[in-house]
Amino acid sequence: MDSPKPQQPGPPPAVWAPAVGLAWLFPGAGHFWLRRYGRAAWLAFAIVGMYLLGLMMRGPLFHPERGPDLLTTLIQYGGFVGHLCSGLLYLLTLWLGYAQPDAPGAVHDYGAKFLVTAGLLNILAMVDAYEIAAGRKS
Amino acid sequence: MPKVSLSHFEAALLFAFFTSIVFGVVSKRTDRERVRYAAYCFAWFVAALFGLGWLMFLAHR
Repeated sequence: MDSPKPQQPGPPPAVWAPAVGLAWLFPGAGHFWLRRYGRAAWLAFAIVGMYLLGLMMRGPLFHPERGPDLLTTLIQYGGFVGHLCSGLLYLLTLWLGYAQPDAPGAVHDYGAKFLVTAGLLNILAMVDAYEIAAGRKS
Repeated sequence: MPKVSLSHFEAALLFAFFTSIVFGVVSKRTDRERVRYAAYCFAWFVAALFGLGWLMFLAHR
């Protein structure tokens, strides 16, 4: 029976932290820092495009607040975490005073999903930037 | 910021388009594989869109 392989230690944060930090700050910036210009452009196009469409659909933002029930609380906090992962896009949205109330309607609802999904897609971009910086991927 | 008003179908197609691009970029190792995977994801998104659309249509009859 094979003995389990010992886990290799991860690379030091100095190697990957700038790329991951930039990837969080602006979609595609981590790949740009790592000189993957084509992939950086596609990520920026897709994630920023999705986020801007969410704003143009007047999607409401989620806030970290308790709802009347557990499900609503989870949705609010989960959505807020998704927004945070959009980095500067979300911070600019707040700083520029975007405050869309939660209104009924399919377009608003899609807008909310676009805004959250942009952040979730940026998590994938951050993980990819980490793997490239750590040398696990070209 | 201009306001857009899209149908369910248009919004879902745009969602599929942008999501497929990111899936393709982050999950494969060569450009050719990335393009193929993005197209594959987009095709499945659209297939699911039509499938679920028909399912809801038939379920509400």
